[in-house]
Amino acid sequence: MSDATPAEAAPGDGDGAGMAAAEEVHGAPVTWSCGQQVLHPTREQYLDVVKALKDEGFNFCVDLTVVDYLAHPARRLPAGVGPERLELVVNLLSFEGRRRTRLRVQVPAGDPVVASLFRLYPGTEAMEREAFDMMGVRFEGHPDLTRILMPEDWEGHPLRKDYSVGRVPVQFKHPPETR
Amino acid sequence: MTTHDQDTAALAAETSEGVQEMAPRSATESAELLLEQGAVLRLPEGVTVDPGDFNVEVNPDETMIINMGPQHPSTHGVLRLMMELDGETVLRTKPVIGYLHTGMEKTGEELTYLQGGTNVTRMDYLAPLHNELVFSLAVEALLALEVPERATWIRMLMSELNRLSSHVLWMATNGMDLGAVSMMVYGWRERELVLSFFEKATGLRMNHNYIRPGGVAADLPPGWEDDVLAICDAFPPRLAEYDDLLTGQPIFRERTEGVGVLMPQEAIALSASGPILRSTGVEWDLRRDMPYMFYDQVDFDVIVGTYGDCFDRYAVRLNEMRESIRIIHQVVERMPRGDYRSQDKKVTPPPRARIDESMEALIHHFKLFTEGFKVPEGEVYTAVESPRGELGCYLVSDGSAKPYRLHIRGPSFANLQTLPIMLRGGLVADAVAVISSVDPIMGEVDR
Amino acid sequence: MGLEDLNHNFLTARLEDLVRWARSHSVWPATFGLACCAIEMMATGAAHFDISRFGMEIFRGSPRQADLMIVAGRVSQKMAPVLRQVYDQMMEPKWVISMGVCASTGGMFNNYAIVQGVDQVVPVDVYAPGCPPGPETLLHAILTLHQQISTGEITRRREETGAGAELALDAPLPGRGVLHAPSHVAVGRPH
Repeated sequence: MSDATPAEAAPGDGDGAGMAAAEEVHGAPVTWSCGQQVLHPTREQYLDVVKALKDEGFNFCVDLTVVDYLAHPARRLPAGVGPERLELVVNLLSFEGRRRTRLRVQVPAGDPVVASLFRLYPGTEAMEREAFDMMGVRFEGHPDLTRILMPEDWEGHPLRKDYSVGRVPVQFKHPPETR
Repeated sequence: MTTHDQDTAALAAETSEGVQEMAPRSATESAELLLEQGAVLRLPEGVTVDPGDFNVEVNPDETMIINMGPQHPSTHGVLRLMMELDGETVLRTKPVIGYLHTGMEKTGEELTYLQGGTNVTRMDYLAPLHNELVFSLAVEALLALEVPERATWIRMLMSELNRLSSHVLWMATNGMDLGAVSMMVYGWRERELVLSFFEKATGLRMNHNYIRPGGVAADLPPGWEDDVLAICDAFPPRLAEYDDLLTGQPIFRERTEGVGVLMPQEAIALSASGPILRSTGVEWDLRRDMPYMFYDQVDFDVIVGTYGDCFDRYAVRLNEMRESIRIIHQVVERMPRGDYRSQDKKVTPPPRARIDESMEALIHHFKLFTEGFKVPEGEVYTAVESPRGELGCYLVSDGSAKPYRLHIRGPSFANLQTLPIMLRGGLVADAVAVISSVDPIMGEVDR
Repeated sequence: MGLEDLNHNFLTARLEDLVRWARSHSVWPATFGLACCAIEMMATGAAHFDISRFGMEIFRGSPRQADLMIVAGRVSQKMAPVLRQVYDQMMEPKWVISMGVCASTGGMFNNYAIVQGVDQVVPVDVYAPGCPPGPETLLHAILTLHQQISTGEITRRREETGAGAELALDAPLPGRGVLHAPSHVAVGRPH
C-alpha cells in the first residue's frame, strides 16, 4: 500500500470537477481541485494514509480544519465516497518534494469521532482543539481535548451551520441631551 | 476525594471565565511525562529529547502555578500563559488563548467575496496586506482569474513593505520587552515611514482592504517611486544603527543568546513556520520554495539561523528586512505599465468616471457591491509567506456570492505551540524574551 | 487678613478647580491593548505622535496605578470578565475611553463572539470612532476627556452608570439569540 506513489506533476489546471477518480494514493481516491491534489480516505483509512504520507516525505502538517456541509450537501466527491455532514480537511506539506497534498475525510455528524494526528504531528494539538471547539468533532487519542477559543462553559459549536451568527440588533439611542 | 481530584482542584485556576487546568502531575508521571514538555506539548517519543532532561522528582507541593496575562504588558495582546514554576524555573507552560476570538470565520461566511477583504485584513493586524493577499489569491484560484502583471507587482511591493513595517514593529516591542526602550522609540519612527506611504496609496494606515480579488483597489499614487525609494534609502543606515545598538550590546546578547532554544525537528513537528522555523536552520521560505506571484523572478536570500534561540530569531528578522529592501528595489525597477486590476467585468466594478455617464455602469456597480459576484463551486488552499510564517487560506465555495467556509491558517496560532518547549527549564524572566521572540499576533491566533 | 506677612507668591482658587486642573493634567492610562487599536495606541505613545505632550506617556501595567482605561480593540465574550476585573481594580476616580468601533459598538463583528459595545461591561466616558482610529483621533478623544475632567464634577460617583463593583443588571440583555451574556459578568449600562 505504501509503495504507491502519487502522480508527480499536477495535471492541467481547472479540472476542478475531479470526478475521474481512477487514481489512488495509499488506497484513497484522488481528485484535483484547482491543480491541487486532494485525497479522500475513509475514516478508517485516515490514520494509515497520513502515516504513509508522512513516511513518503510529507513532514509538515500545515493545517487541520473541519467544514460543515449541512447547507451544501451536494458537493463533488469521487465515486464511492459517500458525503457526510462534516468533513475533516488536513493540509500536508513536504519540504523535500516541495509539494502539498490535502485530505478530506467524511465524518458523520451523528458520530463525530476521528483519530487524532497528535502522535504523528504534535503540531495538530491546537488545531484539533480548535476543530473540536468550533465544530464539535472529537479526536480520539488527543491528550487534552478542551475548548480553546471559546470560554469553557460555552454551549454549542459556533462554526456549525445550524449555529446562528448571533447578531445583536443595532439599537438607536438618542443622545442624553439634545445639542 | 481521590488524590487525583485533589490535585485537579489544586491546579485548576479559579478564573471567572471557566476552568482551564493543567493536567495534575500524578496523571502525568513517568511515561506520560516523557511525552510532555510543557503542559500542552507532548511530543511523540521519536521527537522528544533525552529523558534525563526531565526533572521527574518535582514535589508538587513546592511548585507554584502563576498566570501571566491575559492582561499583561509583555504578552503582546491578550495571550495568557499558565506556568508551573519551581522557584524561578519554568517547568510547564500552557498557553490559554481565545481572549480575542472574534468569530471572523463565521463573519466571513456572511460577507460577499468583495467584502471579505475587510474581514480578513483585521486578523493579523500587523500584516493586513498579507491577509488580503492570501484571501484574494484563494478567490482568484477558484475563479481561475488572471491578474494583470502590474497588479501582481504592486501586490509584491506592498507585501514587502508590510513585512518591513511588521518586522520593525517587532524589533521595537522586542526591545521594549528586553529593556532596550530606545529601540521602541526608533522602531515606531521607522514604522511611520512605511505607514505614511500606505496611507497615501491605500487611504488607511492599517486594515487597508487594498488587495482585492482581481487586483488592487487603486493604482499607486503619482510619485510613488520616490516615496518607496526614500523608504529604501532611509532603512539600511538605520538598520545598521540598530544592529550596532542591539547586536553589539552585551545585555541584549546575554538576554537572548541560548534562551528559548528550539531544535529544527521540534519546530517542524510543531508546525512552526516563518522566522521561528528558519532560526533553527531549516531553509524554508514559501517565497523561494513554492513561489507565488513573481517571487521566482526576483533575487533574494533566505535568512536562516543556527541555534534556534531568541537571538537567532532577532537576527533572522533583522536580515529579512534587508532582503525585503532588496526585493523592493527590484520591484520598483521592474514595475510594468498596465492595469492595476483585472478587466473581467464579472469581478471588477466599472471605473468611477463611467458611473456618471452610463446607467448600465451604475447598475453594474450597484449589483456588484450589493450582491457581489458568484464564485464557482470548489475548494482551494492558498498560502503566502507572511512576516510570521505560512499564512494559509482554505476557501470553500458553494457557487454563491459568499464563501461557504473561510478558514485562515494563522502562522502565530501554530507558532504559539512552541512556547512550552522553549520556556521549559528557563527562568521566568526569560519568558518575556521568548514570548516576544515568537511574535504572536493574537488577532490571528484567535481570529 | 494675615496674608501680608507671607513673603512669597500665592494664588487663590477654589479647591475644586485646582483638583480638576491637577487631575486633567495627570491622567495615567492602563495598558489595555486588545487588537488592532492597541497598535495605534502604542503608535500614539511613540515619538511621532508623542502622547507625553499631554502628560500621559506613562502607561501602567498595573491597573491599580492607573486611572484611565483605553479599551483598544474588540472585546470578546471571553475577555469581558477580565476587562471588568481590570476596571474594578482601578482606583477611583477612573475614566474609560472606548477606542475604535469594535469596542464602542462591536463594529463589523456583529456575531456570537464579540461584546456589542464595551459600555455593556464598563461605563464609557469618551468614544473614539474609527477602525482603527488614527493616533490623531485618539489624541482628540484624550483631549475631550481632559476637557470633561476639568469641567466635570469632582466627586462624581457612578452608581447611576454602573461602576459600582456589585451592580448587576437583572433584566437579560436584549437580542442575545442563542447566546448568553456570561453570567458572571456584572453587567451595567450607562443611562
